[in-house]
Amino acid sequence: MKTINFCFRVHQRPNLKRYRFFEIGNDHYYYDDYANESAIRYASDNCYLEANRILLDMIRSSNGNFKVSFSISGLALEQFEQYAPEVIDSFKELAKTGSVEFLATPYGHSLAALYNEDEFALQVNMQANKIKELFGKKPTTFANSALLYSDEIGNTIASLGYKNIIVEGAKHILGWKSPNYLYSHAYNNKIKLLVRNNKLSDDINYRFSNWSWDQYPLTAEKFIGWIKDAPEAENIFTVFMGYEALGILNHKDSGIFEFFKALPFYAIEQNIGFELPSEICKKNKPVDTLSALYPMSWTDEEKDVSAWCGNELQNEALTKLYNLTERVHLCSDPMIKVDWQLLQDTAHFFFMNTKHYSDGMIYAQKIPYESPYEAFTNYMNVLSDFIERVNAQYPTDIESEELNALLKTIRNQEELIKKLETKKKAAKK
Amino acid sequence: MKALMFGWEFPPHILGGLGTASYGLTKGMSLQPDLEITFVIPKPWGDEDQSFLRIIGANQIPVVWKDVNWDHVNSRIGNFMSPDDYYHFRNNIKYDFRRIGTDDLGCINFSGRYPENLLEEISNYEAVASVIAHAIQFDVIHAHDWLTYPAGRFAKQISGKPMVIHVHATDYDRSRGQVNPDVYRIEKEGMDAADHIMTVSNLTRRTVIEKYHQHPDKVTTVHNAVEPMANVEEFTKSERNDKVITFLGRITMQKGPEYFVEVATRVLQHTKGVRFVMAGSGDMMNKMIRLVAQKGIADKFHFTGFLKGRQVYEMLAESDVYMMPSVSEPFGISPLEAMQVGTPSIISKQSGCAEILNHVIKTDYWDIDAMADYIHAIVKYPAMYNSLRENGLAEVNNIKWEYAGQKVRRIYDMVCGR
Repeated sequence: MKTINFCFRVHQRPNLKRYRFFEIGNDHYYYDDYANESAIRYASDNCYLEANRILLDMIRSSNGNFKVSFSISGLALEQFEQYAPEVIDSFKELAKTGSVEFLATPYGHSLAALYNEDEFALQVNMQANKIKELFGKKPTTFANSALLYSDEIGNTIASLGYKNIIVEGAKHILGWKSPNYLYSHAYNNKIKLLVRNNKLSDDINYRFSNWSWDQYPLTAEKFIGWIKDAPEAENIFTVFMGYEALGILNHKDSGIFEFFKALPFYAIEQNIGFELPSEICKKNKPVDTLSALYPMSWTDEEKDVSAWCGNELQNEALTKLYNLTERVHLCSDPMIKVDWQLLQDTAHFFFMNTKHYSDGMIYAQKIPYESPYEAFTNYMNVLSDFIERVNAQYPTDIESEELNALLKTIRNQEELIKKLETKKKAAKK
Repeated sequence: MKALMFGWEFPPHILGGLGTASYGLTKGMSLQPDLEITFVIPKPWGDEDQSFLRIIGANQIPVVWKDVNWDHVNSRIGNFMSPDDYYHFRNNIKYDFRRIGTDDLGCINFSGRYPENLLEEISNYEAVASVIAHAIQFDVIHAHDWLTYPAGRFAKQISGKPMVIHVHATDYDRSRGQVNPDVYRIEKEGMDAADHIMTVSNLTRRTVIEKYHQHPDKVTTVHNAVEPMANVEEFTKSERNDKVITFLGRITMQKGPEYFVEVATRVLQHTKGVRFVMAGSGDMMNKMIRLVAQKGIADKFHFTGFLKGRQVYEMLAESDVYMMPSVSEPFGISPLEAMQVGTPSIISKQSGCAEILNHVIKTDYWDIDAMADYIHAIVKYPAMYNSLRENGLAEVNNIKWEYAGQKVRRIYDMVCGR
């Protein structure tokens, strides 16, 4: 039986405010609260709440046969808690049906997987704990930010305890292979890879409201028809996209919600089911291995990482940022930890992209800067201030390793003092 | 197709951007094999590059019939044009211009500059145009800037051939809105008489439509380009401790020099190792020197005076940032020249060239904070400097006069009904 695996990415980028260089050292707050709040409110009203309600209806009316999974970043959850707590409630309600799976992903929508393994591990664990805390269950399937994946990243993910990974169906990796099977890691056959079918995903995400598309309008019947017409042996169809496809990228009036509502009926008619990633990985055996020597992602035509680290501006910013990792890990200041997560968001680096700057391409997300240079200038000013703050925590002339040792001694002594004090109290009594 | 062009300047003896643009455009157009250009200027010096077009000096065209023999003509202007041509022009004097003061050959003495009696010179130029229009064959008339509009109009009246005019600047740009009524009249009459109007930017196009009341269909933008530099490698940056930020141009209201000083003040308050240079001269120079002294930044702010020719490129190449905070700039070719020598530019959005450049920094001319911020970024973050430099070079090398020339040609074809 063929199955469809619907996954949605939920994340809203943090917007930086205009931060001039003469504010470096004076102003330590970097965010445009108004933009952040209105973005979350807008997305909640037009997409998250509405779509959650409809998916919930679909699950209930199909007796739990319609299934869907979400990859919600920790930062998005934090933003919901702050600006739109009802969204969390509606996700909780979805979680209760049992037909919903929450995927593991880095806490911030970051590129940590490419730059720093420790930071990556930390973020993945933070995220898993957050999901457990809110929805009661630890995730078992992993989907990286922008589906970043390479053999090496796969190994790292496995070492964190995740054996099921969703990856992009990039042409240069698949070659003649079809994305509609379960694959395994290049040399670790315990790691199972679910491959995103980017044609079907983009049909909904980008082409659903595109009048000039030759298949317009896309109906549920047509969509299910394509899956039915695929060769019999191809049995897994992973459709993965940003949740904003429902209601924002494709406006409510485009009929996107009606399209989704109709999907289960046609699917049942054609004997096509819906399954969660973890179920698929449990049931199926990998047919072959997939090897990605270089990182790939779901972005652009190239499906590589050049959207975030393809030019000198981006590399400079990312290097400066991740050079701080060790120091930040040593810090105990909670504000630094928070900023650290927010500054890692992929969007900051995406805006510095000069690749498409000249040809005026339209992106899924509106770019708040006039040019990549403006994005870079603003980000670097913020980062400069952040670097100063991190460096102010401990003297920079001490090596991180040495510092670590010193800090350990201090902490041990603190513990010892506490212990002795309690003993002293006990003795007094 | 034969084009008769009226201009005012032609390299190497130029006073402003008009000469550079005239040269580049005609050179780019000369790549079209079926196009012949005759370019009239008031006063050629004899060292102009005539390899791709014919230059006629208005000061060698007789407007008053004088009986002179072949040898005399040859000795006087033989190195510019053959005496036979002189006689040909003399035979085509159809009007009585004896009221104009002429020399022994019946020619008018032009200064070729922008003298006090500019209006008189413009009307004399008109007289010359009448002789030329009678004497030679052409299909289209092309007049560059307001100084030559009357000449173009007269030539059109005589020949009945279509006229296009090329607006390199309007008086609204030069005066921040306080237009000179005489200049406005000449501009407006020229535009009204033209069959088509070309402007160097959409900004200028808007001015022409809104302030001179021209029909939008009649006005087309043909962006300027830049001549590729043959000897780019000659201009390099020498090792220096301080970063240099440069303003280069006439120090006058239109160019926004006071904003440059304000930006310098703002940057110097927070950043070490930066110097500012104001190159050029102009009516606001003394005012700027006083302003710099007032702000107390004179130790880091330098004036070079007027630069010419090679010095301009040397200055640009030595700079780390080139800044053009023009309040109103019809096109502004200097950022392109800065990019050619690999210097990142910060330009105002009120500049015409901002419309075609991506890899420069664009801000509003009054946005001092933004400009200061970008200077800081370029100076402090090498990636910013390198990206702007490399991408800018690639971009500017793709902006070619050849393409502008093709656009002009399509307009010629249109007005000639081809």
